[in-house]
Amino acid sequence: MVRAQAERTLRGRVAVIGIGETDYFRHGASPDPEFKLALKAILAACADAGLDPRDIDGFASYSEDRSDASRLAAALGTRRLRAATMQWGGGGGGCCAAVANAASSIVAGLADCVVVFRSLAQGQYGRFGQTTGIDTISGEKAYLMPYGVLAPPQRFAMRVRRYMHEHGVRQDAMRAIALASYHHAQANPRAVMHGKPLDEAKYDASRWIAEPFHLYDCCMENDGAAALVLVPAERAGEFRHKPVYVLGAAVGSGYRTAAMPHNSPLYASASFDTVAPDLYRMAGLGPSDVGVVQCYENFTGGVVMALAEHGFFKPGEANDFLTVENLTAPSGRLPLNTSGGNLAECYMHGFELVLEAVRQVRGTSTSQVQRNDVAMVIGGPMVTPVSNLLLGSEASL
Amino acid sequence: MSSKAIPTYLPAGLPIPIAEPDGLSAPYWAGLRENRLLVQRCSHCNTWQFGPEWICHRCHAFDPQWTEVEPRGRIFSWERVWHPSHVALAQHGPYLAILVEIPQADGVRMVGNLLGDPLQNVAIGTHVEGVFEHHAEFDPAYSLLQWRVHGP
Repeated sequence: MVRAQAERTLRGRVAVIGIGETDYFRHGASPDPEFKLALKAILAACADAGLDPRDIDGFASYSEDRSDASRLAAALGTRRLRAATMQWGGGGGGCCAAVANAASSIVAGLADCVVVFRSLAQGQYGRFGQTTGIDTISGEKAYLMPYGVLAPPQRFAMRVRRYMHEHGVRQDAMRAIALASYHHAQANPRAVMHGKPLDEAKYDASRWIAEPFHLYDCCMENDGAAALVLVPAERAGEFRHKPVYVLGAAVGSGYRTAAMPHNSPLYASASFDTVAPDLYRMAGLGPSDVGVVQCYENFTGGVVMALAEHGFFKPGEANDFLTVENLTAPSGRLPLNTSGGNLAECYMHGFELVLEAVRQVRGTSTSQVQRNDVAMVIGGPMVTPVSNLLLGSEASL
Repeated sequence: MSSKAIPTYLPAGLPIPIAEPDGLSAPYWAGLRENRLLVQRCSHCNTWQFGPEWICHRCHAFDPQWTEVEPRGRIFSWERVWHPSHVALAQHGPYLAILVEIPQADGVRMVGNLLGDPLQNVAIGTHVEGVFEHHAEFDPAYSLLQWRVHGP
C-alpha cells in the first residue's frame, strides 16, 4: 500500500516527557569530564519524567558529540539499544535535527524511548574559538585560514555584513537581540550571565571581535550537558509532566549552500530558505501561530536572518521589528531566547534552547510568555545543514 | 629564492595551504605560485565554479578544466578583524578580510586581505585587483592572492 505524503509526518506522533541538564559552567570550569556530564544530564531528564533510565532504548545527538551511544548504553545498563543516530555536520545546526532523528526513530518503530542530548567540556577538549597547532591546511579552510579567517566570528561576519548592506539592517537590530537575551538571563538563576545585566551603553562600548560583531554579538563557550526524552504520543500520559508534542521538524539547506569558500548562491542568508517552509508545512502552522521563539545565536546577525526567513518580518522591516520591547517576555510581539540562550544562559550548542521551548509549553520558564501553546526552536543560522522544530501543547494538536 | 623574508600582510605562523591528498585543488595552488589565477570552468557547459569540485555542478561532467582569469573583481563583503584567534596574530592589530567577486568568472567569489591601512574605509562594490603574495621561504612554499583598491 502506498501511503499518502500527508501521512508521513511527525506532527502529534511524539512527545517530550522529560528534560534535564547539569549545572552550566564557563568553558574549562566543569569539575566533571564530558562523558560524566552527559550521564548526569540524561539521568536528570529521566528523573524529570519519572522514567527508569534502563527503559531508554535510543540515543540521538549532533555535531560529532563525543559521548558515544554504545558507551552510554553500557554505562547506564541499557537493556536493549535500538537506535543510535548522529546528525551530520552543521555544528549547532543539528540541535533540532537530533530531535527530528529521535522522533523519526520512534515513529518508524525502530525505538520506543529515545534520549536526545549534547555534552560539552571545552576544558577537556579544544575550544571553538581558538585555532593553534595546525601547520598545514587543505580544503575549504585553505582558502580562509591563511588570510586570518579562522574562528567562527570571522567566518560569519562577512555574511552578516552583506545582509546588512542588502537590506539596510542597522547595528541596533543586532543589539536588541543581545539585550533581550541578557534581560531574560537575569530572571534565570541557571544562566551563566545571571547577575550580569547588559545595557545599550555597555554593548556599544564593548570591543569589536570582527566588525560588525561586538563582543556581545557572539555566543559564549561553556561546559555542561542537556538532554530530553521522547516517547510515542500514545505513551505520553504515563509520565509525570504535561507532555509537549512535536508539531514539526525540518532539516537541510538550499541550493549549493555548501559551495565553498563563501560561494553559496544565496550568500546573505541563514540557510532556511527551503527549511522554514518545510517546517510550517509539516506542522500545518504559520508564523502568526508561534508565540515564542528560541533561536540559536552563534551571532546575533544570524538571528536577524533566521527570523526573517521564518516569516516573522520582511528583511527590510528588521530595524522596526527587532526592538527589546518586541523581543521580551511576557508580552512582547515575539519573545526571543527566554532563558538567555547561547549568549547569556549557556552555550550548550543550542540544546539549552530546545529545553527552554519545552519549559515554555509546560508553563515553567523563568520568563514565561503569555502565549505558549506553540514554541519554535531554530538551530544554527548560517551553517549547513540547519534545522528547526515546533513544539506544542495538547491543545495545539 | 632569497632567504630574506618578504613583507606579508599577516605575520608568519598561520597555517600553510596545501592541496588535499587527492589533489583536487593542486592546480589552483600551483597557479598562484606562478602569478596565475586559475578557476574551474566546465568544458561541456561553460559553468564556472570555485572552490574546485570533481564534477561540474550544472551538467555533471567530471574534471572541470582550469582556466586562467584576470585577478580583478569587486568587494562583495568585508570584515575588520580585531580579536586574534591564532597565536601568530596575538600581537598584531586589526586586519581586513574581504570577499571578492570576479565578474570575468561569472561572479565566483574568493576571500583575501585588502592591502593598505587596516583602518581604511571599505565599501561594498569597490573595484580591486589581485596581488600575488609569495611565501617562498616556507616548506612547503606557497602563495596567496591578496587585493588592493583599483581605480575609481
